[in-house]
Amino acid sequence: MPCTGRVAIIHLMKALEKGADGVFVAGCLEGDCHYQAGNLRAKKRVAYVQEVLKSIGMDPERVAMYNLSAGQGPRFAEICREMTERVRQLGPNPIRKNGERKEKAA
Amino acid sequence: MIMAKPKPIQEIVNVIKDFDKVLVAGCNGCVAVCEAGGLKEVEILASALRMYFANQNQNIEIGEVSLTRQCDKEYLAEIKDMVPKYGAVLSIACGAGVQFMAEMYSEKPIFPGVNTNFIGVTLEKGVWSERCAACGECILASTGGICPIARCSKRMLNGPCGGSSNGKCEVSKETDCGWHLIYERLKTLGQLQRFEVPNDPKDWTTSRDGGPRKIIKEVSQA
Repeated sequence: MPCTGRVAIIHLMKALEKGADGVFVAGCLEGDCHYQAGNLRAKKRVAYVQEVLKSIGMDPERVAMYNLSAGQGPRFAEICREMTERVRQLGPNPIRKNGERKEKAA
Repeated sequence: MIMAKPKPIQEIVNVIKDFDKVLVAGCNGCVAVCEAGGLKEVEILASALRMYFANQNQNIEIGEVSLTRQCDKEYLAEIKDMVPKYGAVLSIACGAGVQFMAEMYSEKPIFPGVNTNFIGVTLEKGVWSERCAACGECILASTGGICPIARCSKRMLNGPCGGSSNGKCEVSKETDCGWHLIYERLKTLGQLQRFEVPNDPKDWTTSRDGGPRKIIKEVSQA
């Protein structure tokens, strides 16, 4: 999407509900939003989802917000590696894991 | 409009955990405006509940619906074929909506998903504030358009009290003193002489003291 200001809470929730191990939102650098505050809104929504995850017993670190510009390719790669490593340490999304167990049991 | 706040997820889980199918029912009226019980909140709550129960390895189906209003029978009737398919309904409308849902679908357990708080206004995006206590006998004409019942912590009819300091209430430094606001407004309107005539004791029978209230407008009746 053209601006992280369009990221709604439900987008992040649905990704996790459908089994994503982690979700990160990559917004523009703070203070550099073309639409003024889109990335700041996204930041709040990510924090909100983290609180929801805590309340349902899931690790809030499965969602994260990063800020970088379109010209920072190496930084994007670094963020991807960082998030991948974080998720690897957290393990698979427990919802998906349960689903797999059910399939095996069936 | 009527303002509400979502209940903690754990409280909701505790009341619905023994059902196989639960319908989360939102209301696109007041509670949608205060972002507690509208379509978006239905989606978020239903998703959170699905994840919670999946995580617990508990197979509970969570359905979603959002009505135009839950305080009118016509809109509640729209889910008459849907409700029987569920074991319980979690309504995230205000207390009136939850009760009307329970009256209409009396054979089904109906649970509240929000706490209904007050009648208020949107101060800014994400901030809502109380303005009316629905006392049934409006005195705004004599108080400069600022309600002492809703905005004075003591609901004083003649204030301010000794707890008012620098325009703030003793209850909290964040809370404006309702009577200080009234004083400033009446000063602006050139009506400070109003303070020389005390308000009479209020007849609270028009408020909750008179029991549950009802309004009948004959010309509008069928």
